[in-house]
Amino acid sequence: MKRPGPVVAAVVALLATTLVAAGSLWLGGFDPLQAGAALVRGSVGSPTALTITMVRAVPLILTGLAVSLAFRAGVWNIGAEGQLYAGAIAAVTVGIGGAGLPALILVPLVLLAAALAGALWAAVPAFMRVRLGVGEVITTILMNFVGVYLAAYMVSGPLQEARGIFPQTDPIADAAQLPILLPGTRVHMGIVLAVAVGAVMWVVFKRTRFGFAVRAVGSAPKAARIVGLIPVDRVMIISFLASGAIAGLAGGVEVAGVTFALYADLSPGWGYTAIAVALLGGLHPIAVVGTGLLFGALGSGAAAMQRDAGIPLAWASAVEALVILSVLAVDQVRRRTDA
Amino acid sequence: MPESLALIAFLEASVRLGVPLALAAIGETITERSGVINIGLEGSIISGALGGALGALWLGGAWGGLVVGALAGLFVALVFAAFAIGLGTDQIITGTAITLGGLGFTGAIYQAEFGATGTALTLPTLSEMPIPGLSSLPVIGSALFDQAPTTYLAYLLAPTLWYFLFRTQWGLELRAAGEEPDAAAAAGVRVRLVRFWATGFGGLLGGIAGAHLSLAHAGTFTENMSAGRGFIAIAVVVLGRWNPLLVLIAALLFGAASALQFQAQTFGLDLPYQLFLAFPYLLTLAALAGWVGRTRAPAALAVSWPRRR
Repeated sequence: MKRPGPVVAAVVALLATTLVAAGSLWLGGFDPLQAGAALVRGSVGSPTALTITMVRAVPLILTGLAVSLAFRAGVWNIGAEGQLYAGAIAAVTVGIGGAGLPALILVPLVLLAAALAGALWAAVPAFMRVRLGVGEVITTILMNFVGVYLAAYMVSGPLQEARGIFPQTDPIADAAQLPILLPGTRVHMGIVLAVAVGAVMWVVFKRTRFGFAVRAVGSAPKAARIVGLIPVDRVMIISFLASGAIAGLAGGVEVAGVTFALYADLSPGWGYTAIAVALLGGLHPIAVVGTGLLFGALGSGAAAMQRDAGIPLAWASAVEALVILSVLAVDQVRRRTDA
Repeated sequence: MPESLALIAFLEASVRLGVPLALAAIGETITERSGVINIGLEGSIISGALGGALGALWLGGAWGGLVVGALAGLFVALVFAAFAIGLGTDQIITGTAITLGGLGFTGAIYQAEFGATGTALTLPTLSEMPIPGLSSLPVIGSALFDQAPTTYLAYLLAPTLWYFLFRTQWGLELRAAGEEPDAAAAAGVRVRLVRFWATGFGGLLGGIAGAHLSLAHAGTFTENMSAGRGFIAIAVVVLGRWNPLLVLIAALLFGAASALQFQAQTFGLDLPYQLFLAFPYLLTLAALAGWVGRTRAPAALAVSWPRRR
């Protein structure tokens, strides 16, 4: 039997998710059809809804790309959430401190700081993995908690807004803000940046020696080590740090493009949703742009579902889990038909 | 406050914070010894916490809550097992999804049941059961032996499971499934079945740990109240070298280290509370960094079996 393609697999996984999700809503006493209508209306039902979806997709595409890069290299980076917060903290610090600089300099500085902070956050588990032999799954998750609490501390401590009332920072300088892409909407240049990162990653995977090394290390680390042509540890560390940098960039872009300040609850768990985004996209950089948009739609639609159909927001993260499980199951079935 | 009272309060806090970790980590020890790492433990714990709360309300008592919580934790672990062991999906990603789903579904059920704003839920609590004699020992008596019954479960399980793992045929087979599944299978061990049971058992204890949180610890349920304990428990398993007795001790030591935060506040050490909240996670990272090189995980941990072709 011919092995079905990745697109077919993704569609089957989505159908399975939809069925289980609708079933769980029905069991919970909600009307799945009404819920579905609200989801569509809230995500793509109007020009405004579409722009909200696009804005929400930006951090998901970036963190999804971060996770894809790590997973491809066989690095279980579950830490995009913490790396995102590290990036956001750095972005706000530079965005406030750099007031007076022209936008042409300040915007790149803010984004660079965010990426560096994300990479730094990833460096701790990367070091522990390569030098101390501590698996990165637990350490990256622990670093998430530290990152979230660090942000909470920053917004009520050293970086709290000048009046010291609200748990948030002062706004960043105007020149640190990302330009708006579509006038009259909130769609900012971050979406272009996210797509560009995806495109660059695709070229790197497809056309460079490093991309080949990443794939080799990810699919057969022992073989890569034995053959000796590929510096396995170095490829792993670079992928890990780059993954952290992209996740950090997501935090910086969100601050510079949307919130203009840091809040303790900046992220509703994008770093975790990113895993679903990456897996549904088959870890393929271009596909991840698409699945990021899809999950952006789920996010904007979930708000409408709560408003119009009374469905709890938390249900959306349950759906993310269903997507991951469906992808895994479909993938497993594909392997079997292949054999 | 007199020194001894402060010490007693500290010891009590240590045990109170250590017990949910101990229960979850002892269960995960069994799971991991069979060759399965269940990152979805957090999902079992949060489900156990909500199950405990709902059970206590439906059945009108904390004991009923404990049973429902345990079953909820078991159910979540069986979902994990169906994918990771039944289908042979990647254990790490499956576990992450189970944790996400556990947090999501419990949040949604809680909001649907009690409203999004959630007026604080007051639950019947699992009250302390002092052990006659032992609880009146000086200093350590009330801290160790005047606690919720789930505490004693942890004390009893650690030696029992140690005996099971290292002194019985079943324990040997379970460890064989986690070290050399091919050899174990050749010797007639039903590897997947063993792993299934071991995972279910871990989920059951995770559920009890969660029910302990809502029924003995907090007396209420809040979303995400498990607060990463499942992940810390997995680290505690490493620190306890996959040995139930050492895991119990590691969990209690960990509880003591976390209890230091209250001590610092008592002694007027004025650190911001967000940094205190981050402390257990930093501590876990430091402990892993300093410790792991000297331990060895089960050889087939996180390797699905039969191996992929």
